[in-house]
Amino acid sequence: MNKREMVIIGGGPAGLTAAIEAAKRNVDVLLIDESIKPGGQLFKQIHKFFGSSAHRSGTRGIDIGKDLVAEADQLGVDLWLNSVVSGLFKEKNIAVERQLEDGSKKMEKIEAEKIVIATGASENAINFEGWTLPGVMGAGAAQTMINVHRVLPGEKVLMIGSGNVGLIVSYQLLQSGADVVGLVEAAPSIGGYGVHAAKIERAGVPIFTRHTIVEAKGDEKTGVKSAVIAEVDKNWEIITGTEKEFEVDVITIAAGLKPLGELANMHGCQKSYIPELGGWVPIHNENMESTCEGIYVVGDVTGVEEANTALEEGRLAGIDAALKLNYIDESEANNIKDEIRKRVNGLRLGPFGEKRLKAKERLIEDYQNLSNIVK
Amino acid sequence: MGLSDKGFLSTEELKKRGRYPSEERFKKGPVAIIECSQEIPCNPCESSCNFGAINVGKPITNLPELNEKKCTGCGLCVAACPGLAIFVIDKTFSENLSTVSFPYEYPILPEKGDKVDAVDREGKYVCKGQVTKVMTSKAFDKTPVVTISVPDNHIDNVRGMALLRKKEEAKSE
Repeated sequence: MNKREMVIIGGGPAGLTAAIEAAKRNVDVLLIDESIKPGGQLFKQIHKFFGSSAHRSGTRGIDIGKDLVAEADQLGVDLWLNSVVSGLFKEKNIAVERQLEDGSKKMEKIEAEKIVIATGASENAINFEGWTLPGVMGAGAAQTMINVHRVLPGEKVLMIGSGNVGLIVSYQLLQSGADVVGLVEAAPSIGGYGVHAAKIERAGVPIFTRHTIVEAKGDEKTGVKSAVIAEVDKNWEIITGTEKEFEVDVITIAAGLKPLGELANMHGCQKSYIPELGGWVPIHNENMESTCEGIYVVGDVTGVEEANTALEEGRLAGIDAALKLNYIDESEANNIKDEIRKRVNGLRLGPFGEKRLKAKERLIEDYQNLSNIVK
Repeated sequence: MGLSDKGFLSTEELKKRGRYPSEERFKKGPVAIIECSQEIPCNPCESSCNFGAINVGKPITNLPELNEKKCTGCGLCVAACPGLAIFVIDKTFSENLSTVSFPYEYPILPEKGDKVDAVDREGKYVCKGQVTKVMTSKAFDKTPVVTISVPDNHIDNVRGMALLRKKEEAKSE
């Protein structure tokens, strides 16, 4: 069996910063990612990030990703790519299907002193008549196609959902040359930032609030041909007679994300149901440590937010793990952690952030209230 | 219609909230219009300004405040704003024409002199406009800033141009 000081599962923004902060303090770090390269969703984010300019906001996600990957590499973080963690067992035992240099796969077991779970979240689906037709896809899938693989999923797109993902991916589809015929939102107001909505509206994309998708028309062979939407009333019921039909070949769904907490569950980390954070999330303390000692949860897996908060949560876990492994002294670690906490809470202010701030505080309270934390 | 279902405010509403430069300032030349009306955690505009004309401060969810006296209308903030929500308006461009500068992150760029369709905040056609400048500095990090001129009476409504989908589109006008 392999023994490692610190194993990070998931090489997105949170996993990368956890790796970097720990490796900077000379912790032996292994980062495992199922993709062909690390970076998680960062390499799909071709837009300039919001946040504090002191921490690289205004920089495109793809460039932040490149820099983090280079830094992790420079610090000697050991990287296993195309490798899938399939199990997390008691006493921090990891089962991983590792891809070897010759491309073959091998099951390996690792015993880790510290584990960081940074597995992210997955897209929610919604169902409607015709939702299984070719051409109906997650907004994240369309974003991967255009920004990573440079393949346009279609020429005319209808977007469902006005959260930041729906708004940003609509914008990026326009940039890629697709025509976005409209964006549909069942709620009376836009879910994401107004400025993201305004930039697609300026480009001529109408936003239909209080509307829902009724049906995707087409056939299994050639895919989607058109989409029918309709207005909804106060009880979210479709108002008959208000249907509109758009000729489209793609329907993209941006209906929120769900944390991928399976590995934390498997190890017995306790969880809480917090709708504002995307549903069931592993409980953690102020150091991002779950109810299982030595196992950290960072980024979307412990509450769907955005890359900036994920970056900071990863840093917190990296510093705390380095402290517990005796690579950094306590007062220095505490100073750094205080700074990070101030920054991350600063990102959770305003009308969009406050709900998440309160939800995160509840998660930490849940941790403090647990009398029988699994050790 | 407003911020919650459109994501932007009308010129009248911006004026009401004190978030539009004064007519007095407009008479002195180009000035930035910051159409960022929700408290979101973001402040690159503040550090992008070499003249200290934009203040966000702490917490970073504060709305950016423009000091119209310090603003020179240089347009650096236009490319720096991740929300693409800053514009520069010059009401002194010529006797009958004013210009608006806006970020334009699409693959086919217009060229100086091109006639384009000027659009409002909802992408609706307002009038014809003529491109007076296309800035693509390296410091803008792939956010070109396009400036178009339109008749004075339309300047408070025009915030962009219809997207160019083919290279010939602008030339054929």
